[in-house]
Amino acid sequence: MELLSGGEMLIRSLHEEGVEYVYGYPGGSLLHVYDALYRQDSVKHVLVRHEQAAAHMADGYARATGKAGVVMVTSGPGATNTITGIATAFTDSIPMVVISGQVMSYLVGDDAFQETDMMGISRPVVKHSFSVKNPQDIPEIVRKAFYIAQSGRPGPVVIDIPKDMTIPSERFEYSYPKKVKIRSYNPPQKGHSGQIRKAVELLLAAKRPIIYAGGGVILGKASEQLRQLARLLNYPVTNTLMGLGSYPATDRQHLGMLGMHGTYEANMVMHHSDLVLCVGARFDDRVTNNTSKFCPDAKIVHIDIDPSSIAKTVSVDVPIVGPVDSVLDEMLEMIAEIGDKPDQQALESWWSQIEEWRKRHGMRYEKRDDGLLKPQEAIEGLYEATKGDAFITSDVGQHQMFAAQYYKFDKPNRWINSGGLGTMGFGLPAAMGIKMNFPDDMVVCVTGEGSIQMNIQELSTCLQYGIAVKIFCLNNGYLGMVRQWQDMNYEGRHSSSYMDSLPDWIKLVEAYGHVGINVKDKSELKGALDDCFGKYKDRLVFVNVAVDPEEHVYPMQVPTGSMRDMWLSKTERT
Amino acid sequence: MRHIISILLENEPGALARVVGLFAQRSYNIETLTVAPTEDPTLSRMTITTVGSERVIEQITKQLNKLIEVVKLVDLSEGAHVERELMLIKVKATGAQRAEIKRTADIFRGQIVDVTATVYTIQLTGESSKLDAFIQAIGPNCVLETVRTGVSGIARGEKTLTL
Repeated sequence: MELLSGGEMLIRSLHEEGVEYVYGYPGGSLLHVYDALYRQDSVKHVLVRHEQAAAHMADGYARATGKAGVVMVTSGPGATNTITGIATAFTDSIPMVVISGQVMSYLVGDDAFQETDMMGISRPVVKHSFSVKNPQDIPEIVRKAFYIAQSGRPGPVVIDIPKDMTIPSERFEYSYPKKVKIRSYNPPQKGHSGQIRKAVELLLAAKRPIIYAGGGVILGKASEQLRQLARLLNYPVTNTLMGLGSYPATDRQHLGMLGMHGTYEANMVMHHSDLVLCVGARFDDRVTNNTSKFCPDAKIVHIDIDPSSIAKTVSVDVPIVGPVDSVLDEMLEMIAEIGDKPDQQALESWWSQIEEWRKRHGMRYEKRDDGLLKPQEAIEGLYEATKGDAFITSDVGQHQMFAAQYYKFDKPNRWINSGGLGTMGFGLPAAMGIKMNFPDDMVVCVTGEGSIQMNIQELSTCLQYGIAVKIFCLNNGYLGMVRQWQDMNYEGRHSSSYMDSLPDWIKLVEAYGHVGINVKDKSELKGALDDCFGKYKDRLVFVNVAVDPEEHVYPMQVPTGSMRDMWLSKTERT
Repeated sequence: MRHIISILLENEPGALARVVGLFAQRSYNIETLTVAPTEDPTLSRMTITTVGSERVIEQITKQLNKLIEVVKLVDLSEGAHVERELMLIKVKATGAQRAEIKRTADIFRGQIVDVTATVYTIQLTGESSKLDAFIQAIGPNCVLETVRTGVSGIARGEKTLTL
């Protein structure tokens, strides 16, 4: 049997898991591991400029592929800098393995140089964590970490490794476990057939149904089953922010996003429905508005792999715990077996009502006649230029909502955003993680001049590795979403939401070795995007788009109201 | 309502912290908590008493079950069960009071485990309400110090919480 040091075992184990890239930053307690990395070429390391970005890169990769991204950081500040990135992944159930260095095991607890209790500090935001006590345990721990991160409801797993677990001269017999069993961890493999039957009966009896599909459909790779079910029944589908792309946005049955900034029709349909089939979503407060007024006439069927998501905020009539793909498969089989069809007459009148709601707002916005772009127009321009086929990452704020509303995602895993935690600074590194693994695809980070500055240092990483992402910055000179709330709830007192002293973006990106293009008005948008994906196809391009600073995101649900209580514009309310 | 949740937990470093952290993080109550290894040294048995609405208790059990180190758990209050708590209580025992305290301890089937000229230390076992009742009976004024283990519980009859 082969003899390897702890550091070598770690790298070899990552290779066995099929890891191509790890994103990280070296430091004292991980130097043995970095030396082991250097002496092999199957696992490649990407050196970021700040550890938070390493976590977001791994996260972007994971969201685009469904596989765990890997982060490697040193102890102390290296580890703590990843916390925002880990929490981002945790909130959105993204598989990730974070390897953090730790001081020598005999120094732990002595407040040694660059010591922090990473196990403790990360505990609330990980699915699980391991602290290595013996170098021989490393292969099994890595195997378990990937298994836990990628199975059931996915999530981040931390492996904390004291430096003396990786000493090059201390070598041990190495073998990588083929299978791993954890007696206390058995994620559900299928749903309860009795419950599924009850759900199917409710589904077929519904007169005003809606399918409400979330990120779980994407994580559970069930988009095809969702499409089949919706088509078979001819039921309308709405997506959460996290679920966009799980059902084709350009399809007639798709009503767009629901919730706080959802479409008028999606929120109206939810409110008036008599049956909500929730697939892989969690009745988040940004979806339900006031839970006591939520969908007053609806029976609710909830499919989720995590039982704790069921009946957490909203009571459910038929809970089904299980993987969404197999549950939907079983539903499709049962419907075929039963052979009944829903009430076609009721469905017809439901659809004609829906079409009326669709006409009422239709995501319209007023264009300006002085040439200044509306942010919605800019996103529509991006959609046309990329033919709807790009990976779009976003940061957090108005630009994120505009991207979610106006870029029509027809495929899963293409819309990459920090939906749950709302992490500004996520978009650029997430885009980088995707671009490195999909070099031939268009990868665009839609951002704002506020968010982009939270991880702007990664422009340097992009140059080092030739990562040709496109940054599409909707620049309104304000922290737009904060400003919007201040306009609506604080009589326009813009407390700290104005961004003064912004850099000259073109000079800035040029200083980092990239290309910058200013878009001052409408007439310049198309040319800029043509250059971005044509002439500068292989370069990182920063498109600085001046947009209307006064614009708000609509529709917007009225706080404490029901799903149907919305502002449709600055002056129009339901 | 008060619930007694009994948990079989991997006997590993950090497992306890995860359980306690979960309660703090999600704003659940812990009234008492006891934990010790079982006859199988790889497992610990933990008993938590907590108070909450049905929805909160349901979330507590679901969230606990999600912790990787939690092997199994049961809400003992859902069925017939035996619960016990042990208390050591140090009381002033002088003059006429001395005999009265001894009599009260006997009624509650307590044992005096340490004696000085002015102080009794009494050991008492039972349901938490019995321990509370004892303190009421002797009068809180003569209590110098109490220490309680928190509740341990087990289901009645054939039911077991094992692997």
